[in-house]
Order: sequence, then structure tokens, then C-alpha cells
Amino acid sequence: MAQIKTAGLSTVYPNGVRAVDALDLEIADGEFFALLGPSGCGKTTLLRTIAGLEQASEGTVTIGDKDMTATDPGRRKVAMVFQDYALFPHMTVAENIAYPLKVRRHPKPRQREVAERTAASLSLGGLLERRPGQLSGGQQQRVALARAVAVDADVLLLDEPLSNLDARLRLEARTFLKRLQKELGITTVFVTHDQAEALALADRIAVMESGRIRQLGTPREVFGRPADTFVANFIGSTPMNLLDGTVTDRGLAVAGAILPSPTDLPDNTMVTVGVRPEYLALEPGGQGITGTVSTVENLGVSSLVTLECPDGSLLGLTVREQHEPAIGSEVTAAPDPGRVLLYDKESGALLSS
Amino acid sequence: MTTTLVLRRIGYSAFFAVILAFFAIPMLWLASAPFDSRPGLGLRWPDWTLDNVAATFDHPYALTSLVNSLVLCGLAMVVTTVLAACAAYALSRVRIPGRDVLLYVLLLLSSVVTGTAAMVPIFVMMYQLGLINSQYGTALVIAGGMLPAAIFILKDFVDAVPRSYEESARVFGASPRQILLHVVLPIARPGIATIVVWSFVQAWGNFLLPFLLLRDITSQPAAVLMRTLYDEGGSANLTVIPVFSLLYSIPVVVLYLFVSRRYGFRFHGGIKS
Repeated sequence: MAQIKTAGLSTVYPNGVRAVDALDLEIADGEFFALLGPSGCGKTTLLRTIAGLEQASEGTVTIGDKDMTATDPGRRKVAMVFQDYALFPHMTVAENIAYPLKVRRHPKPRQREVAERTAASLSLGGLLERRPGQLSGGQQQRVALARAVAVDADVLLLDEPLSNLDARLRLEARTFLKRLQKELGITTVFVTHDQAEALALADRIAVMESGRIRQLGTPREVFGRPADTFVANFIGSTPMNLLDGTVTDRGLAVAGAILPSPTDLPDNTMVTVGVRPEYLALEPGGQGITGTVSTVENLGVSSLVTLECPDGSLLGLTVREQHEPAIGSEVTAAPDPGRVLLYDKESGALLSS
Repeated sequence: MTTTLVLRRIGYSAFFAVILAFFAIPMLWLASAPFDSRPGLGLRWPDWTLDNVAATFDHPYALTSLVNSLVLCGLAMVVTTVLAACAAYALSRVRIPGRDVLLYVLLLLSSVVTGTAAMVPIFVMMYQLGLINSQYGTALVIAGGMLPAAIFILKDFVDAVPRSYEESARVFGASPRQILLHVVLPIARPGIATIVVWSFVQAWGNFLLPFLLLRDITSQPAAVLMRTLYDEGGSANLTVIPVFSLLYSIPVVVLYLFVSRRYGFRFHGGIKS
């Protein structure tokens, strides 16, 4: 068990790309930590730098209390699950799980015993003699996890652990992974491009873009108060509404409507108004943004309704099933109190209110 | 309709029978002629005898030449396989500019380097190095000619071993040696088996190089000796040639069966994800 600390960490590829850029990060002991971002944002490189598979160009990586920046991957006491699981196709499940012990030259019976015990705890009991090629995707993923936890590593690193599973299985594996992590209490860092996965699993999330962390916080913070428009756009299964607005003396002018201003910014400040579709409700005759219903998308228990506002901007809101307005009708949507966020028009940063 | 169909079937069958006979008759000759009391070039039911076998074993150079062949081809095979495996691994894992061009140029030149066109310079070079009549020298030249193709084939096998396998082993603390022995070699094994058989067969059938570089009849391999098996009248020595041909074909078949049984030519590759 150990915490991970990076200080001024940069990883620069030979072609000059700064995949990780001067990163300061602290991951607490036992924490389930997500690195979230679009592809190419440097999240996998950061994970690989923590593992030691990429050489840090500047800065340090500390695991536990030891500076591991120049340490060989095999001596960092980290375990890693790769995106393709990297199970050895010529070894059986038991041999795969016991491989870390074989490397450390543990006696054969001990290898077997650990493989059996680990496999049993990950419900792989009857599969020990199979080869990875004979397993389903979910079983392969569990074998990879079993191999990672078979040795007592301080840190568990997961690179897109769920992305190779089909949608249904992914949900099961997600629950399984979260329970396993809580049971083991091992410091876990996982990389994902799927915001729903990060929100569901992580204790804390770091949202990354071009090698830097855009926001660091609990899933609730990141979802409820995105630090900038990039994060606001990225997080949430339905994208956040980001509309141009102006602060006036009567309130916040946005999409042809005036909302109560949540801020004391000077008048005539141009802002980007952010509000999640989930935090908007239909308010017949109330104070809100009025628009014509242009599309209704069924999301199961709710529907995503898109309004076309008088000034041409589009506003999405979710409505409970059976409460969808008719297409073409004119409705008014009001944001929940305290859920309207203002972003700087230039920098996209959240303006505190 | 049925008549045309039947005629067509008969036509096909006759056509394939001719093709089959074309390949099968020499094999049948190889099986029967060695044990025939009066072996000819035609195919006939033999009146069984082992006299030809005895005559072949008495031939002063027949058995030595087979041993020479084994030494020569074994050497060429080992050199080719070991060097090609190392080169293929390096070329697959290290990014150097112009790598693919280098491989193709090598492949192209290899047919020139040990091809007929280069025989005179090779002979002169080997003569000056004092390697004429040397099994080792000849094996090196043969191996040199086979290396580019072997590297090319093996690199494809190594390319198919995902890097994540090695990285995974590295994270678990495996040393480079352990990674090679536990992960890379076992997965690339069918490729290596292919190269072992391929290089051995190539060297086994090579006539021109050993013919030019091994001038002494006591050091000549079987493929070269075959051509000297004539009697005093200048006609083919049909007591020795059939048995010798049979013996000559055995090692290749045995090697293939052994490698195929023991290592298999199937390929694990990556796991479909």
C-alpha cells in the first residue's frame, strides 16, 4: 500500500511531443483514481510513466516514500493490467496468474497455490487449465486482474480495463472492479476515455487534456461544477448546454431570455452560460428560456428534448418519460437554482459565483 | 444434361489422374527401384533384393557424403536460425529510419549475392580466405544467402507478438533474459520451426555452392556426389543411385515430421480482443 506523488513530471517523446507536461499530482493510499480524457491527452503515457515503461523527461515519481523516477518497472512494486490484457497465449490460466511468482522464482507448489486461491476469489475456479484463447472477453479480463493482484503490489495500474468488453459486460465488470478494489484496498490508478466509467468507479478523477490536468476532484465536483468548458463538454452522457450570455442590470441575458443572475459580475460582461440538461425542467409560464421543441430523443427512463431558442441557439433538457412536450410546441425551461455556471468567454474558465 | 455432366466428370478425373501420376510415379520409383534386382528408369513391380543397398554402403563416398550433407546443412541451419531470430527481433522492436527499405534491398540482393552471377567473386574471396574445401566456410556462404529471406519471414512472426506481452512481463519484474525465454521465444516458436525446416531443406538441395567451394570429393555433400554416380561406361549407376536417392530424401522428411510434431507450425499470435 502506498501513495503516489508526481512532481513537475514531464514525459517528452523523441518527436518532441510533450505527452505529459509538468504534472503535479498526489494520489492517496488506497484511493481509486481515474485519469480521464480524450485520446491523445497523455493519460496512458502518465500511467506508463508511473509504471516505469516510459522514461520521465523531467520531474519525479514517488511511490510510497521512495523516489522511483529511475527505478526499473519490475522493482517499483506496481502491477499493471494492459488494455489488451497481455495474457500469454502459450500459458494456461494458472500459469498466467502465477507468472509474477515464476519470475521471482517461487517454488512450483506455491505458484500453484497462489494461482488457485486468486482464481477462486475472482470466480475463475474451473478455468485454470484453459488457455487464454479459449476464454471469453470478460474471463480474460478477470485473469489479467488475477495476475495483477496475485503478487502483493503497492499500486495497481489499469489501462482502459473495460474498453475491450461489450456494453452489457462492461457494466458487470465495472461493479466487480469497484468491489475488488474496495476489498483489496490497494491504491489504484486507471485510465479511461469513458466519462461514465470514471464517474462510476473513481474516488477522484483527473480530467486531462494535452498533457495537463484540467480539473481534479471527486466525481460529484467534476460533474456538478466543471472547472472549464472543456471539462463541461467532456463530462456527462448528455453534453452540457453552453450558450453565449451577457450579464445585464436586469439579470443574465441568454438565448433571448433573462435569468436571475447568479453572479455580481459587472454589467455587460460576455460569458458562456453552462447548464446541464439534467438540471433544466419544463416550467409552463415560469421564468426561463423559451423555445420551440425541435427533437425528442428517448433515453429510456427520460427523454432528451432539444429546444430551438429565438436567437437560434439550441438548448437540451431531459424530461421524465411520459412528460415529453409535442414537437413544434413552444415551452419554457427553467434551470434548477444554483445550477447555472458561468464561464469566461475567452479562457473558458469557471467564473466563481 | 446428364451426359454432359458425366462427360465433364470423366474429363476432370482423367485430367487430375494424369497430374497425380506425374507426381506419384517418381515417388513410387523411389520406393521400388532401390529394392529391385535389375533397377531401371521405368516403374515396375520389383523382385525384392537388398543387393543394391549393400552396393551403396560399399561405395567409397556415398555414406561420407551424406554425413557431409548433415554437417553442412546443420551448420547452415543453426547459423541462419540464430542470426535471423536475433536480427528479426531487433528489426521488429527498434525503429530505425529506412528499416523496410533495408529489408527489401537485402532480400533483393540475397538472390544476387549467392546467385549464379556472384559465383566467381565468391570463389575468389573464399580462395583468398583459404576456405575452399571447408565445410564451415561453405555453410557460412549458404547461410549468408538464406539470411535475408529468413529475417524477412521471422520478422513477420515477431511483429505479431504484441509489445504489451513484453511490457507486462517487465512490470512483473522479468529480466530481459526471462522475457526472451518465457514470452518471446515460445510465441515465435512456430516461426522459428518454419525457419529451421526451410533453411535445412534449402541447404540440403543446394548444388552449385558446395560444388564450387568443396573441390575435394571426400568433403562433398550428397547433392554434389549424386552427379558423380556413373559407371565406367558413362551411363548412370543404377545400382547405387536409387538407394542413394532414397537415403538422401530421408533426413528432410524426418526433420519435417519431428519439427511439426514437436513444435507445430500453428501460430498463437495475439488473442483476439
